[in-house]
Amino acid sequence: MHFMRAELGQLVKGGLRRLTFRLGGEEVSQRLEALTSSQPNHQSNEFGVDPFGMDLDYTLAAMGPLFWLYKHYFRVRTYGLGRMPRGRVLLVSNHSGQLPLDGAMIGISLLIEADPPRPVRSMVEKWVPTLPYVSMFMARCGQVVGTPQNCIRLLENEEAILVFPEGTRGVNKLFSQRYQLAPFGQGFMRLALETNTPIVPIAVIGAEEQAPALLDVKPLARLLKMPSMPITPTLLPIPLPVRYHIHFGAPMRFTGRHDDDDSELTGKVNEVRAVIQSMIHEGLRQRKNVFW
Amino acid sequence: MSSSHPAVAITGISGPLGRSLAKLLHGRERIVGIDRRPFPGRPKDLDVHQVDIRKRKAEDLFRKGKIKALIHLGIVHDPRMSAEEHHQFNVIGTAKALEYCARHGVKKLVVLSSANVYGPHPNNTNFLTEDAPLMGAARFGEIRDLVEVDILAQSFIWKHPEVETVILRPVHVVGPGISNAASRYLRLRRPWVLMGFDPMIQLIHMEDTCKAVALALGSRARGVYNVVGAGQVPLSAALKELGRRPIGVPHFAARGLLDRLFKLRLSDFPPGELDFIQFLCTIDGRRFEEELGWKPSVGLRQTIRAVEPDGVLMPRTRGGLGRIRSDR
Repeated sequence: MHFMRAELGQLVKGGLRRLTFRLGGEEVSQRLEALTSSQPNHQSNEFGVDPFGMDLDYTLAAMGPLFWLYKHYFRVRTYGLGRMPRGRVLLVSNHSGQLPLDGAMIGISLLIEADPPRPVRSMVEKWVPTLPYVSMFMARCGQVVGTPQNCIRLLENEEAILVFPEGTRGVNKLFSQRYQLAPFGQGFMRLALETNTPIVPIAVIGAEEQAPALLDVKPLARLLKMPSMPITPTLLPIPLPVRYHIHFGAPMRFTGRHDDDDSELTGKVNEVRAVIQSMIHEGLRQRKNVFW
Repeated sequence: MSSSHPAVAITGISGPLGRSLAKLLHGRERIVGIDRRPFPGRPKDLDVHQVDIRKRKAEDLFRKGKIKALIHLGIVHDPRMSAEEHHQFNVIGTAKALEYCARHGVKKLVVLSSANVYGPHPNNTNFLTEDAPLMGAARFGEIRDLVEVDILAQSFIWKHPEVETVILRPVHVVGPGISNAASRYLRLRRPWVLMGFDPMIQLIHMEDTCKAVALALGSRARGVYNVVGAGQVPLSAALKELGRRPIGVPHFAARGLLDRLFKLRLSDFPPGELDFIQFLCTIDGRRFEEELGWKPSVGLRQTIRAVEPDGVLMPRTRGGLGRIRSDR
């Protein structure tokens, strides 16, 4: 029984991994193979995990279905990926869509379209480790709890970190608020200043329309201990087949004291926010249609 | 070594860790061992006193023995000992040991605490540093005394700057004969795992732990140091390496179930231990590496395998049913 389960697990993993490689085609597969066998910053041990528990092999398998969505459902287009600096980088993006698929799509774009592929680490909410299966899945795919110490350690190890300074305010925004950035948290700027890390602003177009939330039932959210309870026309936030456009901006570098007052940081944070907002406007202007 | 040579006192010398440490230091230092338990197979030239650290006779050893350093390992972790006796022995024992150091001119003190004092928690950062709050007893009251031992030693650093005090907080110590909770758990053929949870765990080999203690003893360092062994692995990978066949238990039912089993004496794991297989309690050992040049010598795979009793047959514990006394 146990061995059957273990074998089944291996079979599923192998199948999903093949799906990833088939979707990627020969060139992408070669790059991904090279990534798992030798990656300069990746500190995998003999059990195939890095110190945070990320398992690249597992990640490549887990991304199979998401990669299918990337290619055939959201038909993602990326712009400006060539601007990604090497080494440590903080990717700062708008956040929307009820389900954090925008994060997954950004992560996949950097694995299959960037050369060499860059595994992206993102910071998850502190309640994620309390969720069975989700916690495990997230950790193996390189997602870590968003503590400043974790972030600093990863940046010092020259990794790419994705942050959504809008947080849950962004992901759960209503349809009427689409493409309007919610207020930004300041944590990412402190980290950028402390570790001297460039910031790459990202605008994701499409996700904000994938699951239009009409209203937020706050009492129900409180009851279920969730940050919000958005009601979409499909009830569950099943995403519509919108086309994603992911715009990568030019790296922004900031200098200053990371332990300054919030008021000192606000200016810098707003600078990044303004750049992303203008990238969103520009992206919307270029877009012909929500779905294609 | 002549008895006029200043000695290193070791409490808890008769446990597997103490014996291993005595072996490491034997010949290099004059050792005065202190333990309530006998030391079977004691080498003739090893000076071991079967006394309770809380008793006058233990202080006498400090009074006349010219003791230059104390290594305090004498901390029990026995889930079946009465809470009061546990507390008495660990907290009062440590307080007494510290008192003897201050009173009798001991120059160096190494206290072996544990990374468990930080406590597993979903909010934990992946690599806890020495300044993280000690939350170990927040959800697992039974280990309150271990946190208190650490805090006693910390306040001793400030009160007695004349004694060079080092507190070591190693990750789960494993090795033949070691019977702390982590080792007992990893020895189960069919251990419980919580369905959908697979935290990273850190282990350190008993011999590496002894080397870390020796390193602290030989240095001029003072303060608190986390001590990490060969690295970290997912719990599932460690169990697989040991060929275990885990039983998945839903996390929401596990606590209540284990609580019943523990009260019925069908398991020796108090329910508080479950957090260690659900959440992270992993630490950052860089301070010890950078300031004292620490490097573990046993590899990760070998460290995991060290939970298996080496040659000597130990009673196999099945499904959480076994009972083993657990002095470190």
